[in-house]
Amino acid sequence: MALISAKDLTIGYSDLVLYRDLSFDINEGDYVFVIGENGTGKTTLMRTLLGLRKPLNGEVVTDGLKLSEIGYLPQQTVVQRDFPASVKEIVLSGFVGRLGFKPFYTGKQKKTALEAMKRFGVDDLASRCYRDLSGGQQQRVLLARTLCAATKVLLMDEPVAGLDPFVTEEFYGLVEKLNREGMTIIMISHDIAAAKKYASHILHIKNDPRFVEKNEYFASGEGNEFSILAENGEG
Amino acid sequence: MELLIEYLSYPFVRYAIIVGVLIAFCSSLLGVTLVLKRMSYIGDGLSHVAFGALAIASVLKITNNTLIILPVTVLAAILLLAFGKNAAIKGDAAIAMLSVGSLAFGYLLMNKFSTASNLAGDVCSTLFGSTSILTLSKESVLLCFILSIFVVVVFILFYNKIFAVTFDETFAKATGVRTGMYNLLIAVIIAVIIVLAMNLVGSLLISALVIFPAMASMRVFKSFKAVTVSSAVFSVFCALAGIIISIIAGTPTGATIVACDAVMFGLFCVVGAIRQ
Repeated sequence: MALISAKDLTIGYSDLVLYRDLSFDINEGDYVFVIGENGTGKTTLMRTLLGLRKPLNGEVVTDGLKLSEIGYLPQQTVVQRDFPASVKEIVLSGFVGRLGFKPFYTGKQKKTALEAMKRFGVDDLASRCYRDLSGGQQQRVLLARTLCAATKVLLMDEPVAGLDPFVTEEFYGLVEKLNREGMTIIMISHDIAAAKKYASHILHIKNDPRFVEKNEYFASGEGNEFSILAENGEG
Repeated sequence: MELLIEYLSYPFVRYAIIVGVLIAFCSSLLGVTLVLKRMSYIGDGLSHVAFGALAIASVLKITNNTLIILPVTVLAAILLLAFGKNAAIKGDAAIAMLSVGSLAFGYLLMNKFSTASNLAGDVCSTLFGSTSILTLSKESVLLCFILSIFVVVVFILFYNKIFAVTFDETFAKATGVRTGMYNLLIAVIIAVIIVLAMNLVGSLLISALVIFPAMASMRVFKSFKAVTVSSAVFSVFCALAGIIISIIAGTPTGATIVACDAVMFGLFCVVGAIRQ
């Protein structure tokens, strides 16, 4: 059975239906790029998959997947930009979903957090203040935090927005490595070139959304058309 | 100095200092969360609601008025939080209406039904807390004590969750934290703090007690824990200094404490600028 199945989803708001009857199966180890123009409902879909909001119709079925096994990397908020918190505190907060009624983090969680920081090369920034970091460093810190939360699935909402090309490439490299180790990745992105390079599947969100295997998508007339649009900076 | 020692021999002065320090300590704890969640105005609104509730309590001639003010303020906090999510009435507009509404009704009630001889003095001391901290009864001191301990214990137990919900609510919710419940908890603690702080500085100056320590510490320190500890120390120091100065110089206690906060904030700004 699929890890995450969407069954006849209708996505939208009470007075506006964005799209209907979206069904797809995401299996373990998939690397899904969610693409589409602004305002088509990509973030809304992601929030629905996470159970943060209810679909207007249809359902999301997860195969024994617990909320605490999913990591979510939301778009950065204004609040975070001047937040007085150290890198260590933020990465550790990835475990917050697993605290339950316990008030404090365990020694083991602290160790795992340190490993996650090492992995993304931010361990030497551990006691630095988040707001003093560069955009790329901030995104790696948030990725380390997400890794503390996720053991099976990572959902990311435009993680490379605002990063320079070099840092972007580095970021994709880190994510690809996670994916090769078995992590399922679902990423919202406008980066068609990266989708061509890294994705296993494409979920194109529009009035009539499509979920297809990557090569099939880019071989289709529609995929071609969208990628030309996107590469010209209009997508 | 002699004057100070003489004053300290009175139990009510000692009570005032103990309670003042405790209240200052509590009110600084949630400052960072309130400022960063853009909720500082809720504290302001709630303090006016507390003033309205106090007016009702004094008209009804209830001796221990905290018993009325506390539930009313907690209820208002919960309502404001619910309003904040409702797009039909904007959160800040709702707060503005609630706060000026309760100020007006509070003053109306006091003006029409109060039997006190010095009405202007009464209103002034509720708004600015001019002498109230020195006139607390033994029961009120005990109640303040219990409430302060409650706030501190709850804050420590939920520290990590409060941090997560403040830094990134969406992320916390996605990993299974019941963020709605924690927002409610934060609102309730704010309400309790407001009611406590009203005894110390009066309802108009409460926000200062919550915001100054956090804003000052955020300029100097780089982690959430350091900012929280610094806020607490900042707040306790200013409260102590304010109470002692007010005793020696005969100035109104609440206003003196807030003046100390403001001066210290200036100092922290300078330190922060130098460290940059």
